[in-house]
Amino acid sequence: MTAPSSAGPLLEVRDLIKHYHSTGLFRASAPAVRAVDGVSFDVGRGETLALVGESGCGKSSVGRTILRLQEPTSGSAVFEGIDLFPLDRAELRRLRRRMQIIFQDPYSSLNPRMTVGAAVAEGLEIHRLAPPKEIPDRVAALFEEVGLDPSYAGRYPHEFSGGQRQRIGIARALAVQPSFIVCDEPVSALDVSVQAQVLNLLSDLQRDRGLSYLFIAHDLAVVRQIARRVAVMYLGRIVEEAPTEPLLAEPRHPYTVALLSAVPEPDPTLRRSRIVLRGDLPSPSNPPAGCPFHPRCFHPRKDQRCVSEVPRLRPVGVTSAACHYAEETPRQDAP
Amino acid sequence: MTRVLEVENLRVSFPDGSGRRFRPVDGVTFTLDRGETMALVGESGCGKSLTSLALLRLIPPPGRIEPDSSIRLGGTDVLGLEGNALRQIRGRRIGMIFQDPMTSLNPVLRVGDQIGEGIRAHFPVSKAEARERSLRLLQEVGIPDPGSRLDAYPHELSGGMRQRVMIAIALAAEPEILVADEPTTALDVTVQAQILEVLDRLRSSRGMAVLLITHDLGIVAGRADRVAVMYAGQIVEEAPTARLFANPSHPYTQGLFASVPRIRGPARRLTPIPGSVPPATAWPSGCRFRPRCLKAFDKCVMEPPLLPIEPGHRARCWLAETPR
Repeated sequence: MTAPSSAGPLLEVRDLIKHYHSTGLFRASAPAVRAVDGVSFDVGRGETLALVGESGCGKSSVGRTILRLQEPTSGSAVFEGIDLFPLDRAELRRLRRRMQIIFQDPYSSLNPRMTVGAAVAEGLEIHRLAPPKEIPDRVAALFEEVGLDPSYAGRYPHEFSGGQRQRIGIARALAVQPSFIVCDEPVSALDVSVQAQVLNLLSDLQRDRGLSYLFIAHDLAVVRQIARRVAVMYLGRIVEEAPTEPLLAEPRHPYTVALLSAVPEPDPTLRRSRIVLRGDLPSPSNPPAGCPFHPRCFHPRKDQRCVSEVPRLRPVGVTSAACHYAEETPRQDAP
Repeated sequence: MTRVLEVENLRVSFPDGSGRRFRPVDGVTFTLDRGETMALVGESGCGKSLTSLALLRLIPPPGRIEPDSSIRLGGTDVLGLEGNALRQIRGRRIGMIFQDPMTSLNPVLRVGDQIGEGIRAHFPVSKAEARERSLRLLQEVGIPDPGSRLDAYPHELSGGMRQRVMIAIALAAEPEILVADEPTTALDVTVQAQILEVLDRLRSSRGMAVLLITHDLGIVAGRADRVAVMYAGQIVEEAPTARLFANPSHPYTQGLFASVPRIRGPARRLTPIPGSVPPATAWPSGCRFRPRCLKAFDKCVMEPPLLPIEPGHRARCWLAETPR
């Protein structure tokens, strides 16, 4: 293991593209699904970047492509100074130790016939991170770190609640001492009281271990608990990227405005003029020309330029937004 | 205000492995008025969905509604009905929509035929008339280009459109009550906003009563007139929505609020409720929240009743006894 260089971001993703080509006898001419269509971002050391968007926006594909669980179509991802996409299988496997993923449904990623202790030990064994005699102690320490009773190590996944399973998934990711974890909707399936437990756990682990997260989520309120920076995705592209608080206070892309406006807030005294978007997400195999958001956009300045010219992500104050008229985006109702 | 539904001491039981019966719903009492939205709120396993299924007598055997329960719909004793009379309740007087519309829609039947089927099951109208009414219903739930959607199959529609179709099917019979069980949980947040808007509009235009079952306090805040919070098979707090949010009085309700992440106000670390919801086979004795409650004291080994906090606001907590 070479020492990671301390300068620069931990992960640099540039112009990432992931197109899915439908294959099969009758589908030869179907257009490609442009799941990720030119995405660039950095994740700093010990930092969380949140990727936020609705289903089909490509956020999960970004996470999986970076880890090469799916092969990218083009682009680059440089992690700790190493370009990930040209690596062969053996090199990739060595590097996977440093990059882990946790999923929305840990149950589907746990082998139902393997005890949870064995599942957590697996990474230690594969990467020979501990002598066999020490493994039970290492597993017990990991269980304690994620708030599970170490005496549960001999049980099977079905004996645990959703929140406990997510803790097991986290322990398993931590076992190999990663520096970077893709968290793919890790709390979306959990009840609110348990969701808060897991969010706090992820924050504490980040602080204690200096972890970096790419936190993929659809819920801006959840994201606020864990990420200092947010990138909002729409139809395979980042449409706005900003530090979290400015993004929530003064969104610049109309889609971010609509997304924020739709968040149901637990406060009946709020009287807001809700922006309810018309229509559905267009198909990523046939995205609209120009600005991908233009058919649903409510920006008062919307014009012919939005229909013909793709807006680039560009700085607007402290945020970056891909909107031709980001300076004039209407403020959402004041709180 | 016309009372349309009275549920009293509803208990639903299932046998465990050893032949004893446990009660996932254990003594639930509430009422619903015409044109009102009431929310049943709780986390998974609290009994909220079984409560809604019981209203339609849809508890799957070997589960059963215990004999001392009572469900009255207008003047009708729902628990005394059989056969045809029961079918007159299901769909006709109480409509229902679920979280996942795809599993409730017939995948090989066109949307228009599915709505028409519902209309013709309850009203003696011709096929042409049923199609005409289906079209109007699709319009009413806000489906763009409803004429062409009548001939679409469910898989050709997005999740939000399917949920609109489900609402149209539920409306076909002109029910007095619409039970919406997590109607937007599977939908994206911008689509969720659309569906909630449709439900709101229908309630005011049709004077329907809506029983909204959800885990999401954010949805409740904007929509419901009254809220009942469920925990471990019981209602632990009920109040007009504004009162519940201004003055949550049961420690469980308080814990839920402290757990909810928010997009406004100062950023702060969440305060989760310790532990997890116990299984229905092992509700704790005394106050069921006691093992997770930071405010538990001696008296909590006895089961508290719903105690008054202020008019219309009650909490199942001994702390409500002492002036605060």
